[in-house]
Amino acid sequence: MGPVHTVYGPALLCAGAGCSQQFGAQPQWIWFLSSSYVGAHSTTLMPTVSKGDGMRGLAVFISDIRNCKSKEAEIKRINKELANIRSKFKGDKALDGYSKKKYVCKLLFIFLLGHDIDFGHMEAVNLLSSNKYTEKQIGYLFISVLVNSNSDLIRLINNGIKNDLASRNPTFMNLALHCIANVGSREMAEAFAFEIPSILVAGDTMDSVKQSAALCLLRLNRTSPDLVPMGEWTARVVHLLNDQHLGVVTAATSLITTLAQKSPDDFKTSISLAVARLSRIVTSASIDLQDYTYYFVAAPWLSVKLLRLLQCYPPPEDAALRSRLTECLETILNKAQEPPKSKKVQHSNAKNAVLFEAISLIIHHDSEPTLLVRACNQLGQFLQHRETNLRYLALESMCTLASSEFSHEAVKTHIDTVINALKTERDVSVRQRAVDLLYAMCDRSNAKQIVAEMLSYLETADYSIREEIVLKVAILAEKYAVDYTWYVDTILNLIRVAGDYVSEEVWYRVIQIVINRDDVQGYAAKTVFEALQAPACHENLVKVGGYILGEFGNLIAGDSRSSPLVQFSLLHSKFHLCSVPTRALLLSAYIKFINLFPEVKATIQDVLRSDSQLRNADVELQQRAVEYLKLSCIASTDILATVLEEMPPFPERESSILAKLKRKKGPGKLPDIDENRRNVNGSSEHSENTDTTNKVSYVLNLNSSPSTGPSLLVDVFSDSSTSASVDVSEDNFSRFVCKNNGVIYENQLLQIGLKSEYRQNLGRIYVFYGNKTSTQFLSFSSFVTSSDILKTHILHCLIASYPIIEGGAQVQQILNIECVSDFTDAPVLNIQFRYGGTLQNIAVKLPVMLNKFFQPTEMTSQDFFQRWKQLGAPQQEVQKIFKAQHPMDTDVTKAKILGFGVALLDGVDPNPANFVGAGVIHTKSTQVGCLLRLEPNAQAQMYRLTLRTSRESVSQRLCELLGEQF
Amino acid sequence: MIGGLFIYNHKGEVLISRVYRDDIGYVFQDVVGWRNAVDAFRVNVIHARQQVRSPVTNIARTSFFHVKRSNIWLAAVTKQNVNAAMVFEFLYKMCDVMTAYFGKISEENIKNNFVLIYELLDEILDFGYPQNSETGALKTFITQQGIKGQTKEEQSQITSQVTGQIGWRREGIKYRRNELFLDVLESVNLLMSPQGQVLSAHVSGRVVMKSYLSGMPECKFGMNDKIVIDKQGKGGASDDAGKSGKQSIAIDDCTFHQCVRLSKFDSERSISFIPPDGEYELMRYRTTKDIILPFRVIPLVREVGRTKLEVKVVIKSNFKPSLLAQKIEVRIPTPLNTSGVQVICMKGKAKYKASENAIVWKIKRMAGMKESQISAEIELLPTNDKKKWARPPISMNFEVPFAPSGLKVRYLKVFESKLNYSDHDVIKWVRYIGRSGIYETRC
Repeated sequence: MGPVHTVYGPALLCAGAGCSQQFGAQPQWIWFLSSSYVGAHSTTLMPTVSKGDGMRGLAVFISDIRNCKSKEAEIKRINKELANIRSKFKGDKALDGYSKKKYVCKLLFIFLLGHDIDFGHMEAVNLLSSNKYTEKQIGYLFISVLVNSNSDLIRLINNGIKNDLASRNPTFMNLALHCIANVGSREMAEAFAFEIPSILVAGDTMDSVKQSAALCLLRLNRTSPDLVPMGEWTARVVHLLNDQHLGVVTAATSLITTLAQKSPDDFKTSISLAVARLSRIVTSASIDLQDYTYYFVAAPWLSVKLLRLLQCYPPPEDAALRSRLTECLETILNKAQEPPKSKKVQHSNAKNAVLFEAISLIIHHDSEPTLLVRACNQLGQFLQHRETNLRYLALESMCTLASSEFSHEAVKTHIDTVINALKTERDVSVRQRAVDLLYAMCDRSNAKQIVAEMLSYLETADYSIREEIVLKVAILAEKYAVDYTWYVDTILNLIRVAGDYVSEEVWYRVIQIVINRDDVQGYAAKTVFEALQAPACHENLVKVGGYILGEFGNLIAGDSRSSPLVQFSLLHSKFHLCSVPTRALLLSAYIKFINLFPEVKATIQDVLRSDSQLRNADVELQQRAVEYLKLSCIASTDILATVLEEMPPFPERESSILAKLKRKKGPGKLPDIDENRRNVNGSSEHSENTDTTNKVSYVLNLNSSPSTGPSLLVDVFSDSSTSASVDVSEDNFSRFVCKNNGVIYENQLLQIGLKSEYRQNLGRIYVFYGNKTSTQFLSFSSFVTSSDILKTHILHCLIASYPIIEGGAQVQQILNIECVSDFTDAPVLNIQFRYGGTLQNIAVKLPVMLNKFFQPTEMTSQDFFQRWKQLGAPQQEVQKIFKAQHPMDTDVTKAKILGFGVALLDGVDPNPANFVGAGVIHTKSTQVGCLLRLEPNAQAQMYRLTLRTSRESVSQRLCELLGEQF
Repeated sequence: MIGGLFIYNHKGEVLISRVYRDDIGYVFQDVVGWRNAVDAFRVNVIHARQQVRSPVTNIARTSFFHVKRSNIWLAAVTKQNVNAAMVFEFLYKMCDVMTAYFGKISEENIKNNFVLIYELLDEILDFGYPQNSETGALKTFITQQGIKGQTKEEQSQITSQVTGQIGWRREGIKYRRNELFLDVLESVNLLMSPQGQVLSAHVSGRVVMKSYLSGMPECKFGMNDKIVIDKQGKGGASDDAGKSGKQSIAIDDCTFHQCVRLSKFDSERSISFIPPDGEYELMRYRTTKDIILPFRVIPLVREVGRTKLEVKVVIKSNFKPSLLAQKIEVRIPTPLNTSGVQVICMKGKAKYKASENAIVWKIKRMAGMKESQISAEIELLPTNDKKKWARPPISMNFEVPFAPSGLKVRYLKVFESKLNYSDHDVIKWVRYIGRSGIYETRC
């Protein structure tokens, strides 16, 4: 069994407490980390296992299993052993601790072989109360591996753990903490979440226990964050950063980082401590850290974790602190320049891990130009390092650096290296990063070079990244196009090189741009014509060619080499090789030709008339052929010219290519300039603004080139402009006056449904958000706003939120409403989410109306008229005479009045055609009685609605609401 | 069209691989080709996490048909849509041939005879199409002794025999005593409800013949097939029509050895053939009606509290008292949390086998119309598992000296016109053996 626990104990602890490193491509790091904890135990605390404790029976059993020739033989051996253990556990004779431990071990081994174990739990729990370390350890091991959280034994286990936690024996406490962390169930969290913090911060706790307690708490915080109480201990946890014992500090840093992400304000004090600690590590000579020096690097894990912790916060405001941090970072950068102290790979790994984490902190802060530039230069050195991992990481970090305004220029100096990497790199994932970096570092000055390089790389690129490169080239070409002939050339080249990977969006975009800009139309037509002359050209090129020649063929018709007939026969030579959609497009191009060049009319009509068009099996083609033929025969030239007029400029939309790229890469991963600024900067607002001005200048620049028509390409920078005011949708608002459930809002992306229930002055609305698309909505948020006046009249609160809505999924939110006094306005539900990279804003007026708080009142005719008379004051009555908007149906009207909330009183009004209702509106402050009478006039198709309530405002509002319903 | 045939040991190592067609490798897109098919089967079937139940596995549009003999896997691989029954027939035949050549199919034997196996594979499959797999015929030209100095005549005789019309028998066989052994081997399958209701029952039987006859005899085999008997009853013989009609059996389906003239069977339903020399399987059949169930199992399971189970099983033999059943074994499954068992039985020996989670009760011999009983007390260990014990059925093994389907051999006539021995001179032996197949009673 020996090997089983030495592997299990630390491995589970490590997984549970999550000590994994991000820069963990090197497994020996993790191994080291876990063994460093164990090392502490085994050397100082863990009693050594005496030789007689070897459990011979277990060894024999395991060797029997290993010697089994076949699976069947193994199963037989296991069945026999299980029967033996069952007979031993039968309970008529008490087992000593040793045999209990041995049998529990065997069960554990059998379980790990993949067999079900359904007994022995009780014996394992009994082992917990043993005083021997080995027995206790096996008991805990069994429980961590095998006991599920809903077991009946959980109370007994918790009791055992409680005893051990209270025992003050550090070994036992550690075992108990490990068990809690490994199981990490809600029950455990409920039972111990209050106890562990106090162990963690208690003054007399041993270091090793503190370490385990911190990691255990981290685990609980991850599995059930709601159960871990935040309290006065949090302040003391921060001070663990000052602890003497570096193990404790490391564990505490992990915990604090997680907690700080949850509630940054509570842990602000950790910044200064972390900086102090970091500077002590970085500047210390490596001798004084003893155990925590790893291949000549001082406490690399702790450094990485501290740097990670600092990334939860903006740069420190205190100047002294700030300079101290800067000094630390500089030291780290300096150390990178020093010659390595060891040739071992572990040394450079550790050193680089700290360095990369420091660089990501620098990028995160994005405030020290010198540091940024230095980081960039350091990364530049790595770009040519022979270690592939380093090159990869350098490229990846540079992507983020490129988006910082301070280091953008510095990154650009490495363009040649990056391009070289693209060409010579053997690993495709590294090449991919190189493409990302090129994309990120691209601006107007180097766009032409980068696009050209990417295009030439495309020819040999790996298939898996081709589509992405195509999109990137398309975007860059569009974004930095000053000269549109260049743009057209680039895209046509793109289609030529990688036609299969050019998605619809790309060629749509070319056409949109060519149509919207009349200065390139002639050039585009000429280029397309030339490109089409290649013997084999991609279908996408035929599409673009067909469209552009159909629109602008006349611009090049003057040249005899591209006379109308030549153009037509060129297009038609491709016709038969194309798929149906392309053919349909070509047919449209032909009819446009008829308009542009009357001289080819006869030729084209012949083509359209041929059986392969008129009787084509495809309905779409056939219909087009028939219609175009007839159109060309019947219509006069005037009509033809009107019908087939040049396409109007396309309205500006979000660039579909960009959206596609974002969809492909997933959020946050895209080294797009706009995106990353946001991620990196987090809270620092000012650079956000400079960012926007940057964009604006780009836009202006583009538009200032000689062009007419609406501003072009604004959409590339879409995000910044969309968050402006949003129209409040109240289309369906009036429908909800008389009903409580239904769909309140729907567009192509989202459907919002409501289900509401009211009782007296309280209401509850269930809001359902349905994602109609197949992609997820990100950073979804919703909140309810109401005007200031309204706020005094109703109270509302929204429960539950979902940051992400999966494609096709539906989530539910609950809105509680309390009516304080009568009101007229309605609250507005605001929804914000990211779909495919763009921010969507939706505002919907919630159907919370006064009449929802009605309680129907039944009363006799006599009562009714008595009250009717009591409410006789002129300001209490409101009357409205209006024309019926819907057919006058008695049943429908009845249903509407009932839906309005009042009781419908039969036989009160002498005229049976009239409707009479009564109800009470409940608000927190008062109750308002209300009587209503609706008199339909069938001949005139008119209604007269009379409302009498004790309050004028209520009468008014109810009359408005109900009056629109008939 | 079998693409290839692989033989693996229990570890999944390939012992024999014979590829007949190139197509099987190409799906796996590798230069080495079929190597991948070999690996695919090993990974997905032999080393599969769950036990593979289906004998046919489809991996990457390639079908693997396998049979397992003790620890050895035989897998036929094909990319085409082949007749699966044909492939399995071939695999079984292959097993028979190998057994006939070197006895038990084991890793050891296969390793010792791999040259022979390749030789056989070359002969019985050609471009994936099964060829002559008759052991008798194969043994004339594929031997384990190396090449005998065969004379030209002998060689041409072999050629003409193998390629001739009667490929399964050579000419000029002579015996001093013309003898013939006929075995009717049946296995009876049953699933019975605890109340004694038959849920499903069928018999699958084989008629195996061993013939030592001279010359080229023509044989005719007759049994109490219902259709034949009814036809005869109509034709005349009115006196025993009622009696024999009662004893006749309805055969659901049957298959014959290649020597049987199928046209004659189709038209007259008579089974006539020129037999191969030595042992062979004349026919295979299946019946589902009027099956004589040799044993009845009456289980009684009582749960006494959570920790005790009382099991009582009675078996009754249901055949003529003069007959003796042999090798009777009753297997009573025990719950998975059994911690102790006490057994009392009147006859035979019973033992709790922990490794198999069952009580095994063995009786050497038992006459017809008798009954015997076993009772057991099973102690259980209380578990925190809420799953109820599934109560697997009680299964039984036995061997009885009659055919549970009711099949009777009516005659086997031998005609040999050229040599001078008549039907009466042939010594004929008939034996019936009924074995249990899956013979289960739910409890």
